[in-house]
Amino acid sequence: MSSFDWGIIWREAPFLAHGMALSALLVVVATAGGLVLGVVLALMRQSSRSWLSVPAAGYVTVMRSLPLVLVLFWFYFLVPLALGRPVGALASALVAFVLFEAAFYCEIIRAGIASVRAGQTQAALATGMRQSQVFRLIVGPQALRAMVPLLLNQIIIVFQDTSLVYVVALRDFMTSASIVADRDGRPTEMYTIVAIVYFVICFSASKAVEIYQRVPAR
Amino acid sequence: MIEISDVSKSYGRTAVLRGCTAAVKRGEVVVVCGPSGSGKSTLIKCVNGLVPFDSGAIRVDGVSVGDKATDLPALRARIGMVFQNFELYPHMTALQNVSLAQIHVLKRSRTEADTKSRQLLARVGLADKLASRPDQLSGGQQQRVSIARALAMDPQAMLFDEPTSALDPEMVNEVLEVMQALALDGMTMMVVTHEMGFAQRVADRVLFMDGGEILEDTPKAAFFAHPSTDRARQFLAKVLSH
Amino acid sequence: MNYRWNWEILLQEPYWSWIWSGLEWTLLISLSSWCVALVVGTLFGIARTASNRAVRAAADIYVGLFRNVPPLVQLFLWYSVFPEVLPEALGLWVKRDMPSPQFVTAAVAIGLFMAARVAEQVRAGIGAVGLRLLPAALATGLRPWQAYRLILLPLGLRAITKPLTSEFLITVKMSSIALTIGVLELTAESRHIENYTFQGFEAFGVATLIYLLLGLGVTGVMSLVDRYFGGDKLRRGDR
Repeated sequence: MSSFDWGIIWREAPFLAHGMALSALLVVVATAGGLVLGVVLALMRQSSRSWLSVPAAGYVTVMRSLPLVLVLFWFYFLVPLALGRPVGALASALVAFVLFEAAFYCEIIRAGIASVRAGQTQAALATGMRQSQVFRLIVGPQALRAMVPLLLNQIIIVFQDTSLVYVVALRDFMTSASIVADRDGRPTEMYTIVAIVYFVICFSASKAVEIYQRVPAR
Repeated sequence: MIEISDVSKSYGRTAVLRGCTAAVKRGEVVVVCGPSGSGKSTLIKCVNGLVPFDSGAIRVDGVSVGDKATDLPALRARIGMVFQNFELYPHMTALQNVSLAQIHVLKRSRTEADTKSRQLLARVGLADKLASRPDQLSGGQQQRVSIARALAMDPQAMLFDEPTSALDPEMVNEVLEVMQALALDGMTMMVVTHEMGFAQRVADRVLFMDGGEILEDTPKAAFFAHPSTDRARQFLAKVLSH
Repeated sequence: MNYRWNWEILLQEPYWSWIWSGLEWTLLISLSSWCVALVVGTLFGIARTASNRAVRAAADIYVGLFRNVPPLVQLFLWYSVFPEVLPEALGLWVKRDMPSPQFVTAAVAIGLFMAARVAEQVRAGIGAVGLRLLPAALATGLRPWQAYRLILLPLGLRAITKPLTSEFLITVKMSSIALTIGVLELTAESRHIENYTFQGFEAFGVATLIYLLLGLGVTGVMSLVDRYFGGDKLRRGDR
């Protein structure tokens, strides 16, 4: 049994921090882009025109049945082909994350809208509001309140998902640690600290969401 | 004021309204009753176009509801509606609930709208509940707020869809009293309800529905004294027995 | 964008066999980790509804730990770290000498991660239908473990047929991370073909199609099962 060298964590801290910055970038872009596209998809799926709703539903079904790893491979191959020049792993990973997470955000948004009772729409229409006003003033705010905890939990999942960019050799937090682990033969130290850091962040974030949910909406 | 002529509607193969014809004149109070599933709620929701119908015509104040060219929101703004489950907006205070459509539909200023809302909430006995959220109010209080919300639009007619069915028994009267006061003020009202006491006190006429048809359209006194159909007789026997 | 389509390549050897063997590994990992997840997850799910505080806390800790570390990190912990902290001989056996160490490690790692998710579903299922019936079951003289075995668990599992189906499909998707420790499952094989032939559309396309058909097929079969059990009614809480 080899002796452990925990000092390596401090020596490699800047390198790991750099990796964490990339993980954070992925989360921010995936969430921002995914939400925007997710709203568009949700609106398309709500539409009564089938040429809008059917493609959106198909897109969501396909994305949700694929492993993220395969989607990362797809866009690692597709993005350079579409642009006609090599672009590097980061650009294709960002595209993959946005397009992949959009399907999940779409479903969260739809669930939020569906959680608002149909009677609320009827009551608002009965006072003479137009559809757009009903959505902006009545359904939207209530749906948003219902979906905030789901959205926050999804962001935590996205953060965990970002570790998968390992498969396209992008140096996020996880991959940076793994590079050190392989180079110096220190897997125990590196993967332990990686696990602890992810755990602390995800655990405190999900506790915060739980507390938020318990506070009555005011 | 409200003319319903030969209106039919079905969901797939089940007909929920069959050739319904009726009218509510200005200042009249018409109670619609009948066993559950008889189509009463569907009929009243057809009047302001919340539920589309398949054939026939409904005219409100001369405007055809089923006509595609009709500006439904503008029409609905002139007819108040009160729902079985109140449907107050849970993310707003009582005052905001009453002011919202005044501001966004009638384009009143916030001050003007809030003043009107305060008057109306006082009129339904809730002057001290302006800042309460729906979940802090009892069912009876919520329903009174929702009546104030409808009145805030200065409606020419009011539709009530089983306004007391979701209430605990001890709260039914506070809502009926507000409705009765409204009727005495001369409001045109179409009321779906099982409250036969209310019908006896306030209604001008009673419509009895069963199986999607209007079986009786009779002045109140005649309806309670000698209903002309068997089904109405059976219905009355059941609801009046307790 | 110029690209030369060549769908026939998928039918040529060795690529055809690569896809087949990839699919076999995907199914093998998915099914074995699902067994682990169901057994461990059901146990911890029951434990989370237990009246004993210590039991409940232990189950909460399990779920908290396994849900808040990314599955890929968990896989690496099992693969690279776990053998290091074992006594040397045992560690060596786990790393090298046990039969197909990568496959077993992947199945266990994915299984234990999914177990935490299954535990939450089982708890929710028992909570939704079972706990209401516990007093009634105890009142007829059943002992607590009998009440669980005869009433709460059967009803709870029927109520969560649908959520468990999605959890299984998540397991299928999750099996792709096994490629990071060298298991050539479906996603790995499609990458493999793309690397050899540069026919990315065909390679990833066939993998996409297979995952999609797996998902639709499993969902279709399980919704029949769910209808048979009346899971919908159980979830809504009426009889």
